[in-house]
Amino acid sequence: MPDDFASQSHIRLGSNSGKPQTRLDGIAKITGSATYAADNAPQDMIWAVHAGAPAARGKVVALDTAAALAHPGVIDVMTPENRPELAQDPDARAEFFAMKIDVLQNDAARYAGAPVALVLAETLEAALEGARLLAPQVEAEPARIGFGSSEPYEPPFVGFGSPAKTVTGDMEAGFAAAAQNVEVEIETPPQYHNAMEPHAIVAQWDGDRLILDTPNQAIVMSCPMFAAYFGIPPENVHIRSPYLGGGFGSKAVINAPQILACLAARQTGRPVKLVLGRSQMFGPVGHRGATKQTLKLGIDGEGRLTALSHHAVAATSAFDDFLEPAANASLNTYACPAISATHAGSRWDIGTPGAMRAPGEASGSAALECAMDEAAHAAGLDPLEFRLRNYAETDPASGRAFSSKELRECYRLGAERFGWAGRPLEPGQMRDARGRLIGWGMGTSLFQAPMFRAEARATLRADGTAVVETAAADMGQGAWTALAQIAADGLGLDLAQVEFRSGDSKLPDAGIAGGSGHTATAGSALFSAGQDVVAKLAALALADPDSPLHGAGNQAVTARDGRLFLAADESRSASYADILASAGQEALTGNGEGVRNPKDAEERAMFSHGAVFAEVAVDPDLFQIRVTRLVGAFAAGQIINPKLAESQLLGGMVWGLGFALHEEGIHDPRTGRPVNGDLAGYHVPVNADFVQIEALTVPEADPYVNALGVKGVGEIGITGSVGAIANAVWHATGRRARRFPIHVEDLL
Amino acid sequence: MTLSITLTVNGTPHHLALDDMRVTLLDLLRDRLGLTGTKKGCDRGQCGACTVLVDGRRLNACLSLAVQQDGADIVTIEGLAPEGSLHPVQEAFLEHDAFQCGYCTPGQIMSAAGLIAEGADGTDMERIREGMSGNICRCGAYRGIAEAVAEAARKARTEADA
Repeated sequence: MPDDFASQSHIRLGSNSGKPQTRLDGIAKITGSATYAADNAPQDMIWAVHAGAPAARGKVVALDTAAALAHPGVIDVMTPENRPELAQDPDARAEFFAMKIDVLQNDAARYAGAPVALVLAETLEAALEGARLLAPQVEAEPARIGFGSSEPYEPPFVGFGSPAKTVTGDMEAGFAAAAQNVEVEIETPPQYHNAMEPHAIVAQWDGDRLILDTPNQAIVMSCPMFAAYFGIPPENVHIRSPYLGGGFGSKAVINAPQILACLAARQTGRPVKLVLGRSQMFGPVGHRGATKQTLKLGIDGEGRLTALSHHAVAATSAFDDFLEPAANASLNTYACPAISATHAGSRWDIGTPGAMRAPGEASGSAALECAMDEAAHAAGLDPLEFRLRNYAETDPASGRAFSSKELRECYRLGAERFGWAGRPLEPGQMRDARGRLIGWGMGTSLFQAPMFRAEARATLRADGTAVVETAAADMGQGAWTALAQIAADGLGLDLAQVEFRSGDSKLPDAGIAGGSGHTATAGSALFSAGQDVVAKLAALALADPDSPLHGAGNQAVTARDGRLFLAADESRSASYADILASAGQEALTGNGEGVRNPKDAEERAMFSHGAVFAEVAVDPDLFQIRVTRLVGAFAAGQIINPKLAESQLLGGMVWGLGFALHEEGIHDPRTGRPVNGDLAGYHVPVNADFVQIEALTVPEADPYVNALGVKGVGEIGITGSVGAIANAVWHATGRRARRFPIHVEDLL
Repeated sequence: MTLSITLTVNGTPHHLALDDMRVTLLDLLRDRLGLTGTKKGCDRGQCGACTVLVDGRRLNACLSLAVQQDGADIVTIEGLAPEGSLHPVQEAFLEHDAFQCGYCTPGQIMSAAGLIAEGADGTDMERIREGMSGNICRCGAYRGIAEAVAEAARKARTEADA
């Protein structure tokens, strides 16, 4: 495998990458010894629990602080009246990723569940009871919930800086050239991340230094953001985040309860632990905003798209803006001479949305793939054939070449594995032995392959082993393992010889674990740090008259298994330890940076691709839906760890099923309160939902995304799966989904 | 008011003077006995992250007050296997990559161990998936979990037959 692996990329990776290495943090996780933020309990620690607004949009008029303070064990209650000053206006959005937060700046409730007071107590039990005794009351105006509740507005941008309006080609001419048009309207609800680990923080001050145990997807980037609230230098903030119990986007930006906990710790002079209750995760920590999407597809007599317009109204809060960039999913997927992707915003009295696994792409591709399925049927074509006829050889939005695109192979492999051939065109044609309606559907997966910026350090030690360091975040995707594999290859060492340090803000900045770009970004930094070490080591050896490598040219040396070899004559080699010893050095440090080549970024469109095929079985009387098979095939560049990449892809597909059939945050239209704000009411997929699920990868060499050829696998799995399941439901029942999740009553 | 209770946790007897009757078994394990391997995901019995074995049976530790367990024999993830070794369920979880973030994992493993010990796993995957559905894994490692439980169950049965 290593040889095949190396030949796929334009640089030689070593023998560690490409192996299905078992998770290096696996033993810690299966024995319960992995410490998550809430597992920390420093000496003299107290507990904090916040009380939330019982209704959205109004003024807090009653708060029984006396009752809370009278409760045994309660130390203090923080309210807008006594809350210590912050050095930064929480409504300022002083930084691009700093959302407006509710940290007791006034007595206004802007969404149900927004913190209105913080109880500090000696025990968790006392803090919980104290928060209950506060019994906050809000003089509420009617909440604005739903797309009809306020006038849509034109946003300057969507997501984090994505264009709100993109039009390529001549839309009018495109629709005029169409033999027929297909119009589809689809709604998606608020969805909540619900990582298994509730947001937690243990905050302690040492003078003007703030030490935080808190799960964080962007560890170094968050330090200045915390610091700004307390008027301290960024280097005075120390974030420790070795394990995240899931993030999915919800642990990438700072949230209000975290800031309140820091304030409480400073005020009391004691460490403070604050852990959100599950129901408290339906408000202050973001969610996937609801969308209402309208698509119009023009198709000619040959089944080719002539125009594609995708308009998304995206819900955000009444006071801040994060708009799901849903329509932009149509910009890069299918060839079409005229594409329009536009957005409007809709203000609801709800917590501000944020990035949630495949923000934009998940909602947008769900609608696009449903629309494509309808168009295929209208054209009388098999859905796969229809997609192949509209295969984009270049990026439809920009006209640029793709850095790589093995989507055709994904279609072929996925269809073959699934057994797609012979699928009847018309719905309602298949039944299983139990009389259930059987349907097959498919969807195309697409996700950007971004890189951000990361730094890493590698230090070779006298014994020939190394320590590599970068402040990466492993929220389950496998960074502890895949990044260590890359780092070992950069150094030319076996994985066992490399100590990988991560998850701490004192280490070099690994950038954000988000956008499916962490392995590419932090991995590139680690690899180049290792290569820096090797180059310095080679310089030492070549200059050493006693070295077997003395006098060789700089390019003529290769690093492998802890030795430098003369490329032209591999019998001449020296071990790292010997080279260091000869040079009289105790250690040797190299640094690396992970950033995309700007020329490649400019010239190429970079995406991961895939195809998902679904089979559903629907009860003919009750219309209960079971997904009996889900097969995905993905092309995501170089796969560093096939085992963990498969798990990531499967996880994304699991989210696709949740999106299609389960997940729906319901808010009371009168008060704005979450009606189903817990895991009994907000349904996420469980084990029984999956009968057969499979994720395949196809080889893909990409010399442009980065030197490693790595794209990302964290989010793409969700994108094709939603549409595939919805389309399979149609194929079984003849009923088209007009909203997600698909309800039984939608099929009656 | 304090109430004295006796619990055996992972083989060690604890005589505890509880000063607060509201303390749940989960919070007792985590905050007072320092056994933080058992996780709190919802505190409402909806997610299974806090699953422990009480007198050999699976229990969501968040749904029981500590005082209700006076005299009980409790096993948590820390005590599932002797120090330095792994329980067959743990081995199978590692092998099948049956977890990602790891937060639900102790609960999944305790649930699986209980399921197998109770003989409730049957032989077919459908029953295993159903039996494990009280344990939510938001990362979506369900296939690995089901495969791991099946393998551990097979091993347990082979050993029992031998």
